[in-house]
Amino acid sequence: MENKEVLLRVRNVKTYFPIRKGVIKRTVGYVRAVDDISLDVYRGETLGLVGESGCGKTTLGKSILQLVPVTDGSMEYRFQDGWKDLRKLSRKEMDNARQKIQIVFQDPYSSLNPAFTIYGSLEDPLIKFGMKNRQERIERIARLLEDVNLPREYMTRYPNEFSGGQRQRIGIARALSVDPELIICDEAVSALDVSIQAQVLKLLNKLKDEHGLTYIFITHDLSVVEYLADRIAVMYLGRIVELTTSDELFGNTLHPYTQALISAIPVADVRKKKKRVPLQGDVPSPAKPPEGCTFHPRCPRCTERCRKERPELREYTVNGISHFVACHLAVAPVADG
Amino acid sequence: MKNNIRQTALDRKMDRIRALEESGRLSTRLTSRTARKLLSNKLAVLGAALFLVICILCFAAPLFTRWQPGAISLRERMVQPSGEHLFGTDQMGRDVWARILYGGRISIVVGLGSALGAAVIGVTLGMFVGYKGGWADRLVLKISDVFLSFPQMVLIIIMVALVGQSLRNMILIFILTGWPSMYRMARSKVLSLKEAEFVQALTAFGISPMKIAFKHLLPNTVGPIVVNITLSTAMFILQEASLSVLGYGVPQEIATWGNIINVITNAGSIRYDWLGYWWMWLPCAAVLVLFVLAINFIGDGLRDASDPTQIG
Repeated sequence: MENKEVLLRVRNVKTYFPIRKGVIKRTVGYVRAVDDISLDVYRGETLGLVGESGCGKTTLGKSILQLVPVTDGSMEYRFQDGWKDLRKLSRKEMDNARQKIQIVFQDPYSSLNPAFTIYGSLEDPLIKFGMKNRQERIERIARLLEDVNLPREYMTRYPNEFSGGQRQRIGIARALSVDPELIICDEAVSALDVSIQAQVLKLLNKLKDEHGLTYIFITHDLSVVEYLADRIAVMYLGRIVELTTSDELFGNTLHPYTQALISAIPVADVRKKKKRVPLQGDVPSPAKPPEGCTFHPRCPRCTERCRKERPELREYTVNGISHFVACHLAVAPVADG
Repeated sequence: MKNNIRQTALDRKMDRIRALEESGRLSTRLTSRTARKLLSNKLAVLGAALFLVICILCFAAPLFTRWQPGAISLRERMVQPSGEHLFGTDQMGRDVWARILYGGRISIVVGLGSALGAAVIGVTLGMFVGYKGGWADRLVLKISDVFLSFPQMVLIIIMVALVGQSLRNMILIFILTGWPSMYRMARSKVLSLKEAEFVQALTAFGISPMKIAFKHLLPNTVGPIVVNITLSTAMFILQEASLSVLGYGVPQEIATWGNIINVITNAGSIRYDWLGYWWMWLPCAAVLVLFVLAINFIGDGLRDASDPTQIG
């Protein structure tokens, strides 16, 4: 991990959505979908981004792609000619960046244009990025389809002729079409059956090796990232609460929220009795996050300090592995080793 | 047991298709199947044929009649259909067949022209402003609200009074009163589509909003737009007819389908048995109905053909 090169450096990113009310659309507050997030993405890794629905993980993904307006912070990406902040790019530079960073969406049923054949859907990005010759594009799309284990003939078909898993693979092919370096997989398998999930995950791993890709894998399903991710970031209410390698996260869970999530993973073994850490209540509204630690109303180990003081995301080194956690209670177990 | 093994006709067909697919011959065609689906729809083909025939008859009217639509002959008033006058003459001695043909020109131009004009304006606004959103969208929406909140007929009468009675004004007024409903329809379709993930994917590639709206979203709205055009064509033709009754339509001396039929419904002229003089209105009404029907068939065919979820 140490000698890896950082590809994307996210610093203090905030994405707030204004809440507007009344006739003149006065802004009465903000939904803090992404609230002060900093993280590094290394080249060639798979970074899992985990959290409940509404915790801002998808918004973070879309913020990186500049699909939603970002309120504050910087996102520096390592281009061939050095670091550049994605938020400050000119239109032309942004086009270049869009070629480097792509996204695979959650819903395979709305991610393809129903009125276009697969060829029609995949053609425009290729034209935009300089493939003017039609025969060339046909050949390219055929290769992309074969890359995701679909016959090339499928390019003349319409999306409604495909199953969910096939559509998802076409979505992956589309993301690959411009030869990106970083792919953001936004819940890319959660709409699929478990058997199809495994198929698509295997495909993603294969493509990663073949094309030298880096993934940010957004999901609510810890078992998926356990299989796939090198490092995992756990998000709660717009913030990262824990970030470390996959093995360390599952082996030495520090944050109570992560502990609850891990205990909720179903285990296919009747003899293995796991102790559930049930969570009380719902996620608070990101428009009015609680004082102190945002997790404190639901935390089984909440103390007086947690109610008053917001814990910062701190880096600890456990067994030589860097382990970020934002919890007052994490200090003691770390000190114990 | 034997039945299970026997190949049905469908099995054989599927085998043939698979053989084609495996030899790679099924693949290369990238043309859309819209045209193929349209041509295999018998009603649509019938509608198109009917539409073409009526258009040719009307726009090449001098080839099919030697009478002039406005030529009055008081000695030949209300004569029965004969070899001389194919559908007889009306109460001013004008040849009905000639009037239907020449009148068709105007009715078709008014109906189809207004519907297409309204569709072009409404759909363009709906697609682009609806997709972009923001203040422009709110502004256009409010303007269309104003137009829609007036009874259309009253609005038309006021406008005719303001700009005067002529064919061109008629079309402009129909377009002006017709675009809001087209705009609303296109806008609602765009609003539901623009959150779809394929739109976000296109944005992630940096495809311009203009191209997304008109190249990628427009084909998804073709079905309702086409149906709406056919319906409003019929509506405009009938509206032109009813405006003629009120004396606000195309001037009475110009033959239109509406004016021809209205000769009978004109309060002053119902002194005679209008059923007995059927030839004065029935042929024209029949042509009108056939034309509207033809357009509706074409519209239905286009809608089905453009719907990719329908197999054809």
